[in-house]
Amino acid sequence: MRERPIRVLIAKPGLDGHDRGAKIMARALRDAGMEVIYTGLRQTPEQIVETGIQEDVDVIGMSILSGAHTHLFPKVMQLLKDKEAGDILVIGGGIIPDEDIPALKKAGIAAIFTPGTLTETVIDFIKDRVPR
Amino acid sequence: MTLAQGILTGDRRALARLITIVENQPAKAVPDLQVLYPHTGEALVIGITGPPGSGKSTLVDKLAKELRRREKTVGIIAVDPTSPFTGGAILGDRIRMQDLATDPGVYIRSMGTRGSLGGLAKAAHSAIEILDAAGMDYVFVETVGVGQSEVDIVRIADTTMVTLVPGLGDEIQTIKAGVLEIADVFVVNKADRPGADQVALQLEMMLDLNTKEKKWRPPVLSTVANAGEGIAALLEGVEQHYQYLHESGELRGRRRARYRAEIMAIVEEGLRDRLLTFWSGEGKINTVVEEVIARRKDPYSAATELLQPFSVK
Amino acid sequence: MYDERLVDEIRERKGEWEEGTLKKVLARFPERKEDFKTLSELPVGRVYTPVDTSELDYHGDLGMPGEYPYTRGIQPTMYRGRLWTMRQYAGFGTAEESNKRYKYLLEQGQTGLSVAFDLPTQIGFDSDHALAEGEVGKVGVAIDSLADMEILFAGIPLDKVSTSMTINAPAAILLAMYIAVAEKQGVNPEKLKGTIQNDILKEYAARGTYIFPPQPSMRLITDTFAYCAAHLPNWNTISISGYHIREAGCTAVQEVAFTLADGIAYVEAAIEAGLDVDNFAPRLSFFFNSQMDLLEEVAKFRAARRLWARIMKERFGAQNPRSLKLRFHTQTAGCALTAQQPDNNVVRVTLQALAAVLGGTQSLHTNSRDEALALPSEDSVRIALRTQQIIAHESGVTNTIDPLAGSYFVESLTDEIETKAREYIEKIDALGGAVKAIEQGFIQREIQESAYQYQKSVEAGDRVVVGVNKFQLKEESLPKGLLKVDPAVGEYQKEKIAHLKENRDGEAVAAALKGLKETAQSGENLLPPIIEAARAYATIGEICDVLRGVFGEYETSVIF
Repeated sequence: MRERPIRVLIAKPGLDGHDRGAKIMARALRDAGMEVIYTGLRQTPEQIVETGIQEDVDVIGMSILSGAHTHLFPKVMQLLKDKEAGDILVIGGGIIPDEDIPALKKAGIAAIFTPGTLTETVIDFIKDRVPR
Repeated sequence: MTLAQGILTGDRRALARLITIVENQPAKAVPDLQVLYPHTGEALVIGITGPPGSGKSTLVDKLAKELRRREKTVGIIAVDPTSPFTGGAILGDRIRMQDLATDPGVYIRSMGTRGSLGGLAKAAHSAIEILDAAGMDYVFVETVGVGQSEVDIVRIADTTMVTLVPGLGDEIQTIKAGVLEIADVFVVNKADRPGADQVALQLEMMLDLNTKEKKWRPPVLSTVANAGEGIAALLEGVEQHYQYLHESGELRGRRRARYRAEIMAIVEEGLRDRLLTFWSGEGKINTVVEEVIARRKDPYSAATELLQPFSVK
Repeated sequence: MYDERLVDEIRERKGEWEEGTLKKVLARFPERKEDFKTLSELPVGRVYTPVDTSELDYHGDLGMPGEYPYTRGIQPTMYRGRLWTMRQYAGFGTAEESNKRYKYLLEQGQTGLSVAFDLPTQIGFDSDHALAEGEVGKVGVAIDSLADMEILFAGIPLDKVSTSMTINAPAAILLAMYIAVAEKQGVNPEKLKGTIQNDILKEYAARGTYIFPPQPSMRLITDTFAYCAAHLPNWNTISISGYHIREAGCTAVQEVAFTLADGIAYVEAAIEAGLDVDNFAPRLSFFFNSQMDLLEEVAKFRAARRLWARIMKERFGAQNPRSLKLRFHTQTAGCALTAQQPDNNVVRVTLQALAAVLGGTQSLHTNSRDEALALPSEDSVRIALRTQQIIAHESGVTNTIDPLAGSYFVESLTDEIETKAREYIEKIDALGGAVKAIEQGFIQREIQESAYQYQKSVEAGDRVVVGVNKFQLKEESLPKGLLKVDPAVGEYQKEKIAHLKENRDGEAVAAALKGLKETAQSGENLLPPIIEAARAYATIGEICDVLRGVFGEYETSVIF
């Protein structure tokens, strides 16, 4: 049996258009052998959750640089729970103050990656956490 | 509850899961597919292919929205190439369709080609059956029209659209290379760009030469998908083709060929497995191969010897 | 630039040195690396001599300050006459809070304001739009209507300040509101000084706050050029921006090439709309990034200035010297800031700011050290401003004009960046110009490729980023006191909109929006009906929705 590729949804919730990090991550995950569903800018939490379910992804990765993470990340987590999809691994990135991280983790985000994170760190985290 | 039961009661996660299994471990999906099979046969399957940048995703998006206005349900399978070097893929077709993401009457699924020989076509075929059983009125399968595996996928469709745009240079070349035969409907998208009329004209000329003997002449329809222009007419073209398929009996013919191919593929795979078991794995074959290499036997006699126990008396 | 005999002599001497002195040393002490490159991957030689600048024609390629081709600067006295404008980008929360911050900055002697708008405003959504949820007041001030704009500039005489507004897709609407506020203050619009960014092409390519498709967006821009040429003679109608393209990961050469290619597209669009080049070109301004590679950045600014002057003269036949001058604002590179050991960012910003000054910038924003973590705190903003002041008053680099001119390396690099940027522009021309190149994804692909290559070279350790892939700390103590935007801003703005809609003259709003729709369909200049709608207190969302209805919305494609 061949190894199955890990499927990851990379999405930008909210309105900010800074997608350099999201796109670099998408490419790096692809180069690490994963299937990356990329949905681009201005995604609502509803769209992200529904896409994650339809695409049966193992991981949802979100990036926000505008500061809207305190509102949008927990909303995604709540919707996932409502849809009984709380088993999907969710990670976040962007400009996220350290003091916000505990609350986000409590809401169920598995990890927050801030600027300067190496793509390898994220890849290793995903490979480590997604059951094979 | 099994996945099949879930799918039949409208569970999205079950639907998504079964497609994953079909992609990764097709044999494990068989019991569920068996349960679903009686519920299939209702959906109209539309293949859409064409060169990169010809606006396929936007077309699918607009067609799906038009169908939703008509209260039809829509399933979409969007296929993107897998990197042959890493096995990974970026699947970005649904970026154009995200308005539909939260519509309960639409299901969108992205697939990578995963470089397997014919494997994708099989997975896509099963995915179509799953969407069909889940009650989708229409199922779109979108692929980049470049390779054999893509052509295989569109062969599954009842109606195949081929999209072209002016300004890509070698669009007509693409058609000569064999897409002409699989197209039931041609779409000249981005028809507001200069050169669109020429593309349409060239297509018509080519059709003049190639469809004399045929009962169905693919219409050449113009769209500006971005602006939603020509979408209703395109859908009408699809429906006319479907009507033709019905009336001419070709639908039955196509489906017969499709199921025949599917059954044969399953049989071949099953036979292969059984033969391997019978020969106790690769051992027996390897022995024969060595003899062929050593020129003690020729490949034909070797094969005859392997098949000896099955010869019909 | 030198006598041929002398150049030959130096060339010969260098050969001898390489075979003699250098060879001996290299045999015992090899250099640190095989290849030395700039941050943008341009090869850097061991040592530069007059041989490397021998092709340079002083008069044709450098000239005197304030004279064509403006390589040495656009003013004859540069910072000996007047220092650059220190313009710190600010704005957050409500109009009330931002107004307080601006007044404070003006009291501190700042004469230029730089307004940051929140994302809903930038994308033409009112604060009560579903997509605005969580974004109101976050990266800038929330403006929904003229009522907010009146509060934002309350007590600030608009004939006395110059105001820069970072606003693109709805730039015409914010300008209209600014004009309406001026009218209420009794200030003649002719006296208004300032800048709107108004650069939609880089939004498609890099920044992402677009609304409409390219064609109608270009029309909004050229309508603004035409309107301002007639009514706001001191207004900079556009700030053609390489900043965000560079932030998205491109190289210095690409920054120059893509920015100037966008500039060419705007000039062509305006000429096509019937405007005379010397009528609008003097009000075009530019906006560049300043990155970490100090000498490459200096060369970049000089190359951009020379190339633009040549393009305007040779390609568009501009006659007015002011049409040829590339005036630019600079911001230090946000993407060079690290979340790790954030105090190190002060040093990074200093080097970047120094490059901008040595490159002859007209105005400068220095980033704060904590911007990789959050919005900057007041302390951090002050240090950033002080950085500029120290360069201006203590470093001595302002005493003479274009002090790095004549450096063999800097001149040679200036020339190389100009040549390479020109080649890119030719490629873009061949694709049909910047609009087509963006529609086909060429520019986006080029940017992403550079960004990915850079990331890979950092991860491979080929590039050192202090504190990130080398010299890390085991335990980081993170800065306290980061700025927090009150989450109640969103609710407050929603209440304000509800109140506004109850109390304004609904018929006047409907009439203004109807007039706007008709103009949008007819092709007349859009500014007058937009100003009319602003005066009637139509909201940004209402105005943009009318335009969305006529123009449609831009749809991106995914480009990898």
